Amino acid sequence: MIEFEQVTKTYPGGSVAVEGFSLVVPSHRTVALVGSSGSGKTTLLRMVNRMVEPTSGRVLIDDQDVQDRDPVELRRSIGYVLQAGGLLPHRTVLDNVATVLRLNHVTRQAARARAAEMLERVGLDPALGSRYPGQLSGGQQQRVGVARALVPDPNILLMDEPFGAVDPIVRRELQDELARLQTELGKTIVFVTHDVDEAFRLGDEVVVLRERAAIAQQGTPSDILAAPADEFVHDFVGAGRAERVLHTQTIGGRLVAVDGTGLPVGVLES
Amino acid sequence: MTWLSLNWPHVIDLARAHLLLSVPAILLSVVIAVPVGRLAYRHPRVGGPLLGAASLLYAIPALPLLIVIPALLGTPLRSATTMIVALTVYGVALLVRTAADAFTAVDDHTRGAAVAVGHSPLAVFWQVDLPLAFPVLLSGVRVVTVSTIGLVTIGALIGVSSLGTLLTDGFQRSIPAEVTTGVIATVLLALLLDGLLLLTGRVAAPWTRAARPARGTAVTA
Repeated sequence: MIEFEQVTKTYPGGSVAVEGFSLVVPSHRTVALVGSSGSGKTTLLRMVNRMVEPTSGRVLIDDQDVQDRDPVELRRSIGYVLQAGGLLPHRTVLDNVATVLRLNHVTRQAARARAAEMLERVGLDPALGSRYPGQLSGGQQQRVGVARALVPDPNILLMDEPFGAVDPIVRRELQDELARLQTELGKTIVFVTHDVDEAFRLGDEVVVLRERAAIAQQGTPSDILAAPADEFVHDFVGAGRAERVLHTQTIGGRLVAVDGTGLPVGVLES
Repeated sequence: MTWLSLNWPHVIDLARAHLLLSVPAILLSVVIAVPVGRLAYRHPRVGGPLLGAASLLYAIPALPLLIVIPALLGTPLRSATTMIVALTVYGVALLVRTAADAFTAVDDHTRGAAVAVGHSPLAVFWQVDLPLAFPVLLSGVRVVTVSTIGLVTIGALIGVSSLGTLLTDGFQRSIPAEVTTGVIATVLLALLLDGLLLLTGRVAAPWTRAARPARGTAVTA
């Protein structure tokens, strides 16, 4: 369980990134923080592994203040996935995945064996292990990034716009893959994105943020879609968008769902 | 050619002496310039003036430097030590800025990611910064190497033996073949070391040549 207790981050020069933010992320759940750029969502994420220190307030992991943990040891215990993988270009794919194990003094051979297993698990050909990240496609690099985060078997996974740099089709594949992995693994995931559809697809719970990480609404995707808290949330999640407004038509004796543009999107089953 | 055929053992000896002066100086330059460059990158406020001052060292004329060093360090005037210190001064002057640039060129996103997955500051330096700065550092070291091999010849003027001895001796005794041999041998030595460094780079930084997917082997995600 991760708890944010009234955290505030003020940068030198007075700009406020996060102001009085509180949230509980329950264990084994995925919470998606969604907001436009400047909403402080990445700052919040980076407070969990002490890449950013809050100016005031506390972040607790299983009731322990992260401030009391050694930052390096803390980071090694948390999986971190970021945009474009953040892989080391001078290490092979296999060694990239094995990085954290090696930092934790697992022998090279054992680390590589577990890394190869994890490559397969995230849907990559283990033969890619001997390549360098620069030789992989964006989608493949992203999968390697996920494998690297998962290989030490952390309880917590932090994901910072992990699929932002790949095309929509690959992004969809990666989202499905992550959802599948999550049903198997049950990690506590904090997922940051500016893409509402991605947040709805992956989040058990979604937190819509406005400026300075003020919570505009928090709830399940269906809660938010059914009852946007205000105009801001309504616009942000696109509740009024043509493809979100569905109605039914009876065609050939069956109920067909049609969106606001008149496009049939599916058939309702009784 | 007759001169060389009669004197080649002497030339080999001088070439060895040449290497014994230049290689330690090159190594010392690297050992000093890399941390200074890294310091300049990490603390630009100190780094700017530091790099300026270090680069200015190159402007010191060689002969006065060879006299100042014994005066400052108490080393014998006509000694290999004096020569190596002087060569190191020039090497550092040439290399510090490249070293600072090499660390600046390392992608911040990559470095940040390395910290976020749990590299300690020391691990970031040894496992991320240094290997990624290596290709640029190596290009700087190649310049220093060629420059040092050339500069060693000046030592002959204060009586420190090297291939430069062939130049001074050849001029004094009017033996053009000896002078030519000295010039060619020095150039060959520089080319040899440069080639070795180039090869080292190929072996030690294989990722730089593997940046693009090999044709026909790309696999889609």
